[in-house]
Amino acid sequence: MPRVSRLAVLLLALPLALGACKKKPVVVPPEPMAPVTPVNPPPSTPANNVPAVDDAAVRRAIEAARATLTQSIYYDYDSDVLRDDARATLDEKLRVLNANPSARLRIEGHTDERGSDEYNLALGRRRADQAKRYLADRGIDASRIETMSFGRERPTVSGSSEEAWAQNRRGEFQIVAGGTDLKAP
Amino acid sequence: MSSATRSTRRGSHASRGVGGPLLALAISLGVPALAPHAASAQERPTGVSITLVYEAGKRIAIMVLPIAGASGDSIKTIIQRDLDYSDRFQHVPSIGAPVAGQPINYALMARAGAAGVVQAQLLPSGWLRVQLHDVTAKKVLSQGDFPLPTAVNTDGWRLGVHAISDQIEEWVSGQEGIAASRIAFTRDDRIWVVDSDGASARAVTPRGMSPGWHPSGRYLVYHVLDEDRHRLVVTDVVTGAQRSLTNEKGSLDNSPAASPDGKSVVFSRSVEATASAQDLFVMPFDGGRPVRISVARGSINGTPSWSADGRRVAFQSDRSGRSEIYIADADGSNVTLLTADAFGERNLRTNPSWSPDGRLLAYSSMIGGTMQILTINLRDRTVRQLTSEGNNKAPSFAPDGRHIVFSSTRGGTEQLWIVDVESGRPRQLVRGGSVSRLPEWSPRLTNTP
Repeated sequence: MPRVSRLAVLLLALPLALGACKKKPVVVPPEPMAPVTPVNPPPSTPANNVPAVDDAAVRRAIEAARATLTQSIYYDYDSDVLRDDARATLDEKLRVLNANPSARLRIEGHTDERGSDEYNLALGRRRADQAKRYLADRGIDASRIETMSFGRERPTVSGSSEEAWAQNRRGEFQIVAGGTDLKAP
Repeated sequence: MSSATRSTRRGSHASRGVGGPLLALAISLGVPALAPHAASAQERPTGVSITLVYEAGKRIAIMVLPIAGASGDSIKTIIQRDLDYSDRFQHVPSIGAPVAGQPINYALMARAGAAGVVQAQLLPSGWLRVQLHDVTAKKVLSQGDFPLPTAVNTDGWRLGVHAISDQIEEWVSGQEGIAASRIAFTRDDRIWVVDSDGASARAVTPRGMSPGWHPSGRYLVYHVLDEDRHRLVVTDVVTGAQRSLTNEKGSLDNSPAASPDGKSVVFSRSVEATASAQDLFVMPFDGGRPVRISVARGSINGTPSWSADGRRVAFQSDRSGRSEIYIADADGSNVTLLTADAFGERNLRTNPSWSPDGRLLAYSSMIGGTMQILTINLRDRTVRQLTSEGNNKAPSFAPDGRHIVFSSTRGGTEQLWIVDVESGRPRQLVRGGSVSRLPEWSPRLTNTP
């Protein structure tokens, strides 16, 4: 009859613990647990030299990937040209999109309040389209990206100052599919 | 033709005794005056006419006598205001008590400066009997009995009173007024409607922007912004019933306008495959397949407006690099550029509105960093600027072809204003409340509740 070592039991049990996200750890460590960011379960520290799996770090990486995907980009007045800062942000999104082939985005273009309200709807979509083309030109399948526009209708900052207008001239990014279990690039 | 004068005028009374009875009779009969020089001499103060003959640039002095009955005061107030807002009449404060059926003291009226007197009485049936007196001719010029709904101070009742004002204007000038009309507009992401005198602003749809009127005055067509599309919606303003006219994911449909015969809707559409471009489409008002009538090639074509005969469409297009105003046939052929590049300007010309007589297009133009309302004469291409203060956008012609409603920030918040093209007189239509914009003037509303 084979003898099953305690180590083997631990190794078999570990994936179960991670997969099920149980609050109760597989092995109760003898030493007091160090305070961590509110994530359950607390990291396991088995007595033998098995490396700890850090759930908090995994979650932070997922959130970072989501934040990268949903970060807005900004435009100059009366322009749909991608500024350098916008390109840098889009480059970050590229990496996340490449690491997550099932992720799909909707890019929403927005304008400030100046000019014609209806023309602004079309200009907003043009802004979104510029960002979409940037990503598509760099290998992202166009079918993974939708464009949309709200023109001046959904400002994030009210008022008629240059600062408000600059904040409102933006492209917003929504994850419309594949947003759970994002892998960091 | 006397030159149009800027309206300074209020309260300037006409002096009396111009010409003799013979002259007045001649004018009433449409016969050339026998002593024209005497008639045009010193007695006529600037801008006010004391005869019931409409001349451009002058307002005819009208007195509305008090009306007996519980609603009489309201009726009198509405009619006076309508006549004033037409910019063709000068309201003269009334003298005397309501005297239903009793003869008018014409000499007294003339001394008060009135060219015409409106005498009205509520009949037992609830109808209003109205007589229009020609003071100079010393007789009744016209009269009629008008139906009024029994429920006083309702939307339908007010519309009935406005229709009476419009008829009085036609008796005097031969041209029906526009008091019995409404303006649809956008506020708080919904479509609202307000009476032509600014009364009773009320929301008529749960969502939407950029309304257009069906010629019957019964339906509004507009667009709704969903998360993944913009679609066109038609609402019956009487019942509130709605239907989606278009509804396709990835399609941004906006700025709809119903054709003058009510059978079609022209609108703008961009699709995902060519998201940087926007084209004009026409589809049946009852629903069906949209047909493209512009060829964008990467440009944005939008804010279409029908000519009154339904044969042509004016629209904005940035196909030249900057947004300008173009005209095309209703099938999209014969595209003509109307507005020219102004040297050194960052042009942005949009939102054309065609005058009912086809002579003028009003539109918004960026001038020196702000948006202003301009008109262009379609025959000789002369351009007039109608506004200068604040940002002024989205003009829409009234059925009389002389008033234009638009949004303006001249008072701070974006609100609706009306300007008289002839005299330049502005008036604020909607006050208070949140931002009001994208107005569209209805047709004359005769039988709409």
